[in-house]
Amino acid sequence: MAVATENAVAYDVERIRADFPLLHASGTTSGGAKLAYLDNAATTQKPQAVLDALSGFYNQDCANIHRSVHLLGERATAHYEAARETARGFLNAASEREIIFVRGTTEAVNLVAQSFSRRTGGRPGLLGEGDEVLITGLEHHSNIVPWQLACEAAGARLQVAPINDRGEVELEGFARRLGPRTKVAAVAHISNALGTVNPVKEMIALAHAQGVPVLVDGAQAAPHLPLDVRALDCDFYALSGHKMYGPTGIGVLYGKSAWLERLPPWQGGGDMISSVTFERTTYNELPYKFEAGTPNIAATIGLGAAMRYLEGVGRGRIAAYEAELLEYGTRKLEAIPGLRLVGTAAHKAGVLSFVVEGVHPHDVGTVLDSLGIAVRAGHHCAQPVMDRFGIAATTRASIGMYNTRAELDRLAAGLARVKEMFG
Amino acid sequence: MSQLGDLYQELILDHSKRPRNFGPMPEANRAAEGFNRLCGDRLMLYLKMEGEVVREARFQGSGCAISTASASLLTEAVKGKTRAEAEALFQRFHQLVTGKGEAPADAPPLGKLAVFSGVSEYPARVKCASLAWHTLHSALEAKTVAEPVSTE
Repeated sequence: MAVATENAVAYDVERIRADFPLLHASGTTSGGAKLAYLDNAATTQKPQAVLDALSGFYNQDCANIHRSVHLLGERATAHYEAARETARGFLNAASEREIIFVRGTTEAVNLVAQSFSRRTGGRPGLLGEGDEVLITGLEHHSNIVPWQLACEAAGARLQVAPINDRGEVELEGFARRLGPRTKVAAVAHISNALGTVNPVKEMIALAHAQGVPVLVDGAQAAPHLPLDVRALDCDFYALSGHKMYGPTGIGVLYGKSAWLERLPPWQGGGDMISSVTFERTTYNELPYKFEAGTPNIAATIGLGAAMRYLEGVGRGRIAAYEAELLEYGTRKLEAIPGLRLVGTAAHKAGVLSFVVEGVHPHDVGTVLDSLGIAVRAGHHCAQPVMDRFGIAATTRASIGMYNTRAELDRLAAGLARVKEMFG
Repeated sequence: MSQLGDLYQELILDHSKRPRNFGPMPEANRAAEGFNRLCGDRLMLYLKMEGEVVREARFQGSGCAISTASASLLTEAVKGKTRAEAEALFQRFHQLVTGKGEAPADAPPLGKLAVFSGVSEYPARVKCASLAWHTLHSALEAKTVAEPVSTE
């Protein structure tokens, strides 16, 4: 058991923190206090290995890929394709043909949604008039709006599986909304606003029983959990590099090759074609069919470095460490009178979302900021989730692999200061 | 911590905890709704105008300490002012919280509104402070209850 072996080695958080230059930089807080970075669900800091990969590309290997015959071109192509192999292994995909580099999760969802609704050869797309798309009540706007656009284009309807008071998807409600008209389902692996870990494997099985393919939005899961798209049996899986210690502007769309073959191309341009005439263009094979234009080569190589970094530490160990931190933070916050956690699912990861009675989340955020504690205050791009709980906003502390108990102690002390000021 | 004290001055905390002129105004003849997209805060601002003069101002809604205190102090500040005076005060206030530009020599005095001077150090909070004033601007222009205005 690989997981048992890696868990047996003690998790040395200080050694991990040493890998992240920003955590030790000066001038990162308003008040000059030491930084406690608890906004990891928004974006994560980057380890030196990722920074080195980015600067290494621009300093030593910079060239375009898939077209140049010179040494640099071959080297850039080799590094770019090595990142694809890394991503394949990271997700345990069957083939590199199933790994498409995109700008991030948002672009991945848009790619799938628009390819489903696109008319080709005068015929409706896979999503047509009267059809349905099923999502859940805890989705991020980026897993809602692309489907609304697709539904609007196709004349289809969006169905939403409700969530309960703990912030968990009601599986029966999800199953009930899967029907003969459902053409695709899209669900978050982990909710960014609540931290709920969805039982995606069960949801996928329910959908497949009705012949419905499933896209999993893995933006929040990729930094926290070991991933295996074949074990999940998902049809599409989307992730963002910057939320998993990699660069911004890069992400991965995994798709089963059978689906990627079936879908029409999304964007047209260079690299995605095999031959072009004014009369007829034939498309390149997978995965290049979906990678039009010169991609973000440096960030792709940086994402590969981030994935190798996570695998080097051990994703099972990271998950175990973070679960313990989350448990500790939950106990700390629950002990604060007048504080209510929003999102209390039985299975959670990474996120402590809360409201403090009588104090607006923006004021909480500003006071914590003055103490060097970086959190997010707002609706977290999940307004329907806020509506479900009858609130406009929450304060969200989200943890990463480099956070410590001491930082959560500082969070709790900062919240005591908040109550003192506004109580 | 000194910066934080500059932002949350005692007068601001006082008005946020006990907002003045808070509640509906059935006799209002101007009203507008303000909406901050960033945080989802909404407020309703009601005015009773007599000709060009603001006779009464009240507000409703929930928001952060900065936006609530700003709305509360606004309702006090604009009472008795003409439309033009109120708009000039908005311009002066906007300069204060954004920290941009010098006030002209003939600018209206800020009075109590000067407590918002600390906001300019917190760019993310400028919208909180100015929401009520954008809403005022909209209400002054409105014939009736207007569509929500945002701080964009």
